Amino acid sequence: MTELTLKAVIENIPAATAFIDEQLEALDCAMRAQMQIDVAIDELFCNIARYAYDGGDGEATVKFDFDPSDRTAMITFEDSGKPFDPLQKADPDVTLAAEDRAIGGLGIFLVKKTMDDMKYRYENGKNVLTLYKHI
Amino acid sequence: MTINKTMNGNALTIALEGRLDTTTAPELEQALKESLDSAQELIMDFSKLDYISSAGLRVLLSAHKTMRTKGGMKVVNVNEIVKEVFDVTGFADILDIE
Repeated sequence: MTELTLKAVIENIPAATAFIDEQLEALDCAMRAQMQIDVAIDELFCNIARYAYDGGDGEATVKFDFDPSDRTAMITFEDSGKPFDPLQKADPDVTLAAEDRAIGGLGIFLVKKTMDDMKYRYENGKNVLTLYKHI
Repeated sequence: MTINKTMNGNALTIALEGRLDTTTAPELEQALKESLDSAQELIMDFSKLDYISSAGLRVLLSAHKTMRTKGGMKVVNVNEIVKEVFDVTGFADILDIE
C-alpha cells in the first residue's frame, strides 16, 4: 500500500492522477483501464475538493493497493469532511433531452459504470471510498 | 490540454489534445466563449483527446445548446474511451457524433 496526502483543492487533481498513474504504469496496466481510473480520480477528488469541507480547508488522501492474484487495483480516497456516501446518491436520468439535463451526479454515475466495484465506509471521522478495478 | 482553433468560412473546428477534465474544462469554456459568436457551425475534433470527465461533458452540453440555434455542433474522431463515456451517460443520444 502506498499513499499520498494532498490539500483538497482541485489544483491538486493532476498530482493525485500522476501518483496513481505511476503505480499503474509500473504494473503494465491496460491503457483503457488507466484512462477510466484517471476519469474516476478526476470525479472523486473534485467532489472532495468542492464539497467535503464546505469551502474550508482540508486534506484528501489517495491510497493505492494491488492484488496480484487477480490483478485488481484498489484505489482509496479518504477525507475528514462531512459524511457523504456517493453510492447512496440516486443515478441521474440519462435518457433526458439536452435541455432537461442536469450534470450533477453524472460524474459518480460514470465512475460506478466504469469501475468493477466501489465500497464506502465512514470510519474514525473519515469518508473512505475504495474503487476496485481489474487492470 | 492543447486547444487548436481553425476557422473555415463560418465553420469553427476546435481540436483538443490531452485530457478534458475538471482542471482543463474551464480552458475550453473560455475558448468557446471567445469564438462561438462568429461561428455558424462548430466541429469538435477529438482525435487527440485521451479522455473526458463530467466537467468536460458539462461544457460540451452548453456548446451543443448554444449551437443548436445556428448550424449545430458535431463531434468527430471520438476514441473508444470517450465513446464509452458518451454511451454510459446518454450523451451519445444528445450529441451529433460522427
